Amino acid sequence: MALFDFFLLEAIINGILFGGVLALLALGLNLVFGVVDVIWIAYAELVMSGMYIIYTLHITWGWPLLLAAPMAIVGVGLMGLVVHRLIIAPILDTPPINQLLATGGLLFFLQNFATLIFGADFRNIGLSLPILQIFELYISFSRLLSFGAAVLGMIGLYLFLSRTYIGTAIRAVAQDREIMSLMGVNTKKVYLITSALAGAMAGLAAILLVLQQDVHPFIGFSFGPITFMICVMGGLGNLIGGFFAAFIISQIISIGSFYGSTELSYVIAFVLFIIVMFIRPQGIFKRNT
Amino acid sequence: MLKLTDISAGYGAFQALWGINLEVKTGEAVAVVGPNGAGKTTLLRVISGQIAPISGQIIFEERNLKDLAPHQFVEEGIAHCPENRRLFPKLTVEENLKMGAFIPSARNDYANRLIWVYQLFPQMLERRHQLAGTLSGGEQQMVAIGRALMSKPKLLLLDEPSAGLAPVIVMHVFDLVRRIREEGFTVLIVEQNIQQVLELVDRAYLLEVGTVKLDGTAEELKNNEFLRQAYMGL
Repeated sequence: MALFDFFLLEAIINGILFGGVLALLALGLNLVFGVVDVIWIAYAELVMSGMYIIYTLHITWGWPLLLAAPMAIVGVGLMGLVVHRLIIAPILDTPPINQLLATGGLLFFLQNFATLIFGADFRNIGLSLPILQIFELYISFSRLLSFGAAVLGMIGLYLFLSRTYIGTAIRAVAQDREIMSLMGVNTKKVYLITSALAGAMAGLAAILLVLQQDVHPFIGFSFGPITFMICVMGGLGNLIGGFFAAFIISQIISIGSFYGSTELSYVIAFVLFIIVMFIRPQGIFKRNT
Repeated sequence: MLKLTDISAGYGAFQALWGINLEVKTGEAVAVVGPNGAGKTTLLRVISGQIAPISGQIIFEERNLKDLAPHQFVEEGIAHCPENRRLFPKLTVEENLKMGAFIPSARNDYANRLIWVYQLFPQMLERRHQLAGTLSGGEQQMVAIGRALMSKPKLLLLDEPSAGLAPVIVMHVFDLVRRIREEGFTVLIVEQNIQQVLELVDRAYLLEVGTVKLDGTAEELKNNEFLRQAYMGL
């Protein structure tokens, strides 16, 4: 077999591994939209905050990484709770544009706050995981680990949503929020739990990204827009649609980068997105929570 | 059990109820009948706490429910089976019933209550893993009533259980309500199907443009000349 094919295969595998993390990000954003009916513009910046939490605990304070990493889940989960309680809840019943502006404001706040504390430098946790070699294939172990953890996180969320009372209530709210009080369910509490959950997923994504990338205050721009694109393409609020859209987009980027350049692949992905929006503005997959 | 005194309520600037007095005693079945837009649904929404009255008092089991949040009414023992059934279409039948048993007291007894509701409506057992949105109208009504029963309410509010159903199914649904009565539940039912519902209840109120026009026992109303002429075409 020609060497060329191995490189393509490698690109496809990397696309799948990258897709896992994107799917996790899309899932958290979709969850909040489907249940609370709010778009967290600053979602990627919550992930960035999680990366800095790990960096601070591990590098500055010297905690072992295995202890610092889970703190990102706890910390960003709490941030999700605070974002809902302080920013979203007071304006939940006002026009959606207010919520967009408010979470947009949060985006700039977090970016500048991070710049203030950490500066604009690229920082990393100084961990280098081995590269695995299978025949002629080179796969980064950190990407494999990230993919595995993302899949585990998504399975965990699936089990939570399908097996528990509160998880079922979260899905029910997405279908008919008005009658939840007839079930004796306090919707405000469901919103808080959902926001914490989405925050925790951003925290998990932070762990996975900090293993592969340097963190800087504007890192959110490198995966934030693409996460939104995936959510819209899969049908906003549609958890399963977002999951599949993540893998479609990651393949386009990965294979596009292989044949052309990374920049070109992003252009292709966004052009495809615009075309999809013209043909199916409701997303590729019909909304289904 | 339930006593409404001089209840007025509405939505924003629009007032739907004007000084309603209504009473339901333990073990009774009471109907609220009347034309479209009379305020029947609004009345049930006030009783289950979905909208706060502008004025007047709701006393339930000797307690004033004024300061409770909407979701706390279920725990007080009031279950509301809403207009158009409002099942969660993408949850299974059993998940819908599970949502009906969300309050702690029902949750702790969930397994028993599930068996009890399936005994009451055996058809639901066959459909338990089916998505509620794929059921027929009659089946959906059954699930909606079953969901309300999961909290074992002291008072069951039914909003137009016969709406949008074929006549044969309507009879079936009324049979279900009769069985629920026999189980000892207190029922307040809103209906447009006046003749049929009067066969089912002890007493009834006729609502017209937000006020109680008539009230009395089912026998009295069946023989009321005004009601017969205006609403039953007799």
